[in-house]
Amino acid sequence: MTTLLHVDDLKVHFRLPGEGLLRPKAKILRAVDGISFNLEAGETLGIVGESGCGKSTLARGILGLVSITAGNVWLAGTELGHLDMRSLRSYRKNMQIVFQDPLASLDPRMTVSEIIAEPLQVFEPHLGKEARRKKVQSIMERVGLLPNQINRYPHEFSGGQCQRIGIARALVLKPSLLVCDEPVSALDVSIQAQIINLLLDLQEEMNLSMLFIAHDLSVVKQISHRVMVMYLGKMVETASRDELYRNPSHPYTRALIDAIPIPDPVIERNKHFSPLQGDLPSPLSPPSGCSFRTRCPRATDVCATEAPVPREIIPEHWVSCHHPGY
Amino acid sequence: MPLLEVNNLRTVFHTNDGEVYAVNDLSFSLEKGETLGVVGESGSGKSQLVLSIINLLASNGRMEGSIRFQGKELVGMKTRDINRIRGDRIGMIFQDPMTCLNPYLTIERQMTEVLMLHQGLNRADARRRSIDMLDAVHIPDAGNRIGRYPHEFSGGMRQRVMIAMALLCHPDLLIADEPSTALDVTVQAQIIQLMNELQQEFGMSIIMITHDLGVIAGISDNVMVMYGGRICEQAPVYELFENPRHPYTQGLLQSVPRLDTAGDAKLHSIPGNPPNLLQLPPGCAFVDRCQKGIPVCDQQQPPLLQISPEHRVACHLENLP
Ligand SMILES: Nc1ncnc2c1ncn2[C@@H]1O[C@H](COP(=O)(O)OP(=O)(O)OP(=O)(O)O)[C@@H](O)[C@H]1O
Ligand SMILES: Nc1ncnc2c1ncn2[C@@H]1O[C@H](COP(=O)(O)OP(=O)(O)O)[C@@H](O)[C@H]1O
Ligand code: SF4
Ligand code: SF4
Ligand SMILES: [Mg+2]
Ligand SMILES: [Mg+2]
Repeated sequence: MTTLLHVDDLKVHFRLPGEGLLRPKAKILRAVDGISFNLEAGETLGIVGESGCGKSTLARGILGLVSITAGNVWLAGTELGHLDMRSLRSYRKNMQIVFQDPLASLDPRMTVSEIIAEPLQVFEPHLGKEARRKKVQSIMERVGLLPNQINRYPHEFSGGQCQRIGIARALVLKPSLLVCDEPVSALDVSIQAQIINLLLDLQEEMNLSMLFIAHDLSVVKQISHRVMVMYLGKMVETASRDELYRNPSHPYTRALIDAIPIPDPVIERNKHFSPLQGDLPSPLSPPSGCSFRTRCPRATDVCATEAPVPREIIPEHWVSCHHPGY
Repeated sequence: MPLLEVNNLRTVFHTNDGEVYAVNDLSFSLEKGETLGVVGESGSGKSQLVLSIINLLASNGRMEGSIRFQGKELVGMKTRDINRIRGDRIGMIFQDPMTCLNPYLTIERQMTEVLMLHQGLNRADARRRSIDMLDAVHIPDAGNRIGRYPHEFSGGMRQRVMIAMALLCHPDLLIADEPSTALDVTVQAQIIQLMNELQQEFGMSIIMITHDLGVIAGISDNVMVMYGGRICEQAPVYELFENPRHPYTQGLLQSVPRLDTAGDAKLHSIPGNPPNLLQLPPGCAFVDRCQKGIPVCDQQQPPLLQISPEHRVACHLENLP
């Protein structure tokens, strides 16, 4: 397998204006704080964590949509941070994104064909009108939109159909990396399944690599080869899908799995577990040591003083915890 | 006598594009202490059903039919009288806590006013009751926190505060419209556990709207599945999951991604899109997406049949020999 994307110790920090009146001290919000991973060609990495843990910021950092504080992003062997604008453009073309809110991410004044053709106009301006129309039609067909819908406007479509439009727009340039930022969170269950199955088909057909962001582990399970769990800007656990679900070793991963209600009354009502208490701490002042310790049932003294570093507990299974284990 | 009895409820919105039929000839009843789970895709009429019950429809909406709460007819009741019931005998919680909380007033002010208005308590007693209720929903350090403003609480805590407000007067009915949908799974688990706990303590009936079948499985006694503003199936929770009869219910149960099964299999999906409530078809609203349809489905609305004392299904297949 060849590595398509290599992310090395990526940090995205935001500087926020201070609140103090006399001596306002700027605060640093470490939205992404040292994330590293590889993504192979044709592979899907699921990225999971609670709201605010830095998933979207990570995606935006990789795509160059927000400036990186430290670290490197390599796409197909080229480091993107040091490219001039023109070369960066050709790499951008190769990385596309699908957003969470299907309707809000589409321009309401543009027709479906204009929306899907827009990236072609930007990145392949020399393409003739007819060739462009052909490409638009062919990708529309691929994502399950009907030819007679080509001149309609986004508000005439349901959420699931809008997401198909968003996917068509992202794939019309035939990118090698597709970032999906919670693409099904806003959709109904039956429609979620349609979109996930569509992404699986397209991936196989186009040999796409995907980063699939979600806030719960059940959707990610259907689509990922590997899964990374994040907490407050850091990776807490990464493993192949089967290994992670069979053998979740970080207490936070365990809690995320336990919290998902199972659609079977017999099992769900006999499930005994205590949900994680408390909320995500403020990312402006994360706890010392392990940032999960304020909610962790396994925390000990060392957790308050030393931040755990990722360790490979078995091959390809990485955990950042002083006391990993089932 | 059931706590709530809804008969032939219809709710229609008048819009520039025509009439939107949000709730269509819907009937059900709810017993004291019962939890009714309501599922259905977005736009299936779940919210408009409960907003009709508490008389909070948008101004372009009209409803007809009968809604009897503790024997009293709510349809046609004076707004003043309904307002008295709402907030006192019926509590409500929504997906977005800020629809219930005033951002400019402290939690204390908002809670004590409800108690002073509905239960005639003095300020000191109202404050004490409010703190007790915040304790009951596990807000740490409630005595101090009660003086804060809504934005000073995290999302999960705001949801708890809203639940505390809804339960202040110990209502007989709690209506919850997707209270955990916007929350993270770990916080959702806390909220669901809390609701189960509070029901044990206070014994109220609950109508729980959600599109999460896992939540439904954990909390409901009975489940009502809605499609196109109608009930397509209703049954006790174990019966519904074990023996779903309506093709939509069956498809819905099969399309949920599950953690407790192997992940590689493709998900089952229901083809097509939700119906357009401006132009509901003359026959079954699910007909375009149904893989089991028979000719009559295009022409005739399937009646809601009682197939066993507690199980109702609206599908023509139930009438086949
Ligand atoms: N432009 C910005 N300026 C300041 N802070 C930001 C900015 N963008 C994001 N943040 C903060 O960075 C943190 C991570 O945000 P991010 O949007 O990446 O989270 P997320 O994991 O995608 O959450 P969600 O599941 O809610 O989408 C949050 O605390 C957020 O408030
Ligand atoms: N004020 C309104 N005017 C017109 N249509 C409305 C209005 N409020 C709700 N509707 C429509 O009623 C239908 C049912 O809505 P709702 O009950 O909110 O669905 P849900 O099941 O997602 O809660 C939807 O098609 C919605 O667009
Ligand atoms: S390092 Fe300590 S606090 Fe952090 S997850 Fe592991 S046991 Fe819990
Ligand atoms: S009535 Fe016909 S179309 Fe409707 S669910 Fe039953 S079989 Fe399908
Ligand atoms: Mg996000
Ligand atoms: Mg609703």
